[in-house]
Amino acid sequence: MADVLTAAALFILAATAVALFRVLRSGVVAERMMAVQLLGTGGAAALLLLGSASGSAAASDVALLLALFAAFSCVAFVIGAAEPEAEPDPPEERP
Amino acid sequence: MTLLLDLALVAWLLALAVHVVVQRGERSAIIAFLAFGLLLGLAWVRLAAPDVALTEIAIGGGGTGILLLRAEAVLRGRGKEEEPMTRAGKLAVAVGCAAISAGLGLAVLSFASPAPTLAPAAAEALGATGLGNPVTAVLLAYRALDTLLEKIVVLLALIGVWSLAPDGVWDGAPEVKPAIVPGPLTYLARILPPFGIVIGVYMFWVGADAPGGTFQAGTVLAAMWLLVMMAGLKPPPDTSRPLLVLALTGGPALFLAIAFLGSIFAEGFLAYPEGLAKPLIVAIEAALTLSVAAALAMLVAGPARKAPAR
Amino acid sequence: MSAVLGIVTIVLVTAGAVLFLAGTLGLLRFPDTLSRLHAISKADNLGLGLIVLGLLPQAASVTGGLKLICVWLLAQLSAATASQLLGRAVYRGRREP
Repeated sequence: MADVLTAAALFILAATAVALFRVLRSGVVAERMMAVQLLGTGGAAALLLLGSASGSAAASDVALLLALFAAFSCVAFVIGAAEPEAEPDPPEERP
Repeated sequence: MTLLLDLALVAWLLALAVHVVVQRGERSAIIAFLAFGLLLGLAWVRLAAPDVALTEIAIGGGGTGILLLRAEAVLRGRGKEEEPMTRAGKLAVAVGCAAISAGLGLAVLSFASPAPTLAPAAAEALGATGLGNPVTAVLLAYRALDTLLEKIVVLLALIGVWSLAPDGVWDGAPEVKPAIVPGPLTYLARILPPFGIVIGVYMFWVGADAPGGTFQAGTVLAAMWLLVMMAGLKPPPDTSRPLLVLALTGGPALFLAIAFLGSIFAEGFLAYPEGLAKPLIVAIEAALTLSVAAALAMLVAGPARKAPAR
Repeated sequence: MSAVLGIVTIVLVTAGAVLFLAGTLGLLRFPDTLSRLHAISKADNLGLGLIVLGLLPQAASVTGGLKLICVWLLAQLSAATASQLLGRAVYRGRREP
């Protein structure tokens, strides 16, 4: 069982790695920010699998923090993106 | 199978590190660096160091990201007129960095194998502290002096940041709320902190016996507070506010007080009386967690930008 | 009994892993940013959900299992909010070139 779970973790990490490099090389900055989100879910899944495979309870604590902070950097990014050089932002989005 | 996994992780970390270095834009480099930090957390788990993994992910996800991205947003557009670095300057930086990397690599490779270790001694004395997590025992019993000074350094760093405030707003509050708060951010700031506070308290409590502890818990709490401040649900406090000062200094003050009492009631400075070690350590950790949370949140929030409310 | 639970775990974990692959393929193949955002946030979260579901029979204790479910719930919340925030940023960026 442990081997199957480790293999699944490896598979997910590989899929996440491919996605990560696609996203990080993107021309759209917001798309690059998806990298953090990708690692949030992919990393959490891999950690849970590895924790279950090796019987270490702490791995799920690390996954918990990963999931908790997955949206955090996005917040900082969006706030930073909304503050261009002294240009006022348009008031609110119109349809 | 695990060997394959570890090799893949190493290759991925190296590729990502190179990617961070070759990025031209600051923002792209920061984003790639954040991803690198999260991946490094995974590597620490594989190295059987979950305490470090927790710190890495808490600091990387909750602190560094906000700090770096906010700094980049503030600096964006400034300094464009300065002339770019010359080719020779770039080359000098590259050579310097390469030399440091090579030196570090050599140092790591020349470690004695098996490495000299105090782990058996640390595990043997664990019973006297009443703790179950050897990392916490090292931090708060065997090498408590380091931890004490570390917390005071954090306060000094905060004083350094605060001293950047102009005279007019001295004692005032920092400003972290953006001009327009996106709706999803307000939603997140309402929903996430209850979860975060529970996780923070859990990290602190479990730290005595399992991976976790003061710093991880403090970082989680700080991140939750920052989220609330960024969404504008609760404005940052004036830096002179007594409650804030109490939270900041309470942990180190209690730590120092217990350390000095140790020289009266136990064997010396920073020694714990027999049998009382664990309750004292937990009390110090509780106060330190609050201090770390307040200090980190205020460090990221930056110097005062608004005049104090009187 | 444990053999049945083992098979359940393997089936669910495999399905979860396939969904992660689907998310990656979507990311590589979809034409624009918003649909790529859609691909990873949907597929990855469903994938994580299936993996959590698959690992539940292997959990050492009830609280351990609850922690697994908490990871998934938190990931749901984070991914949904992050997608909304990023989607907004992309939408705005497209309208003001």
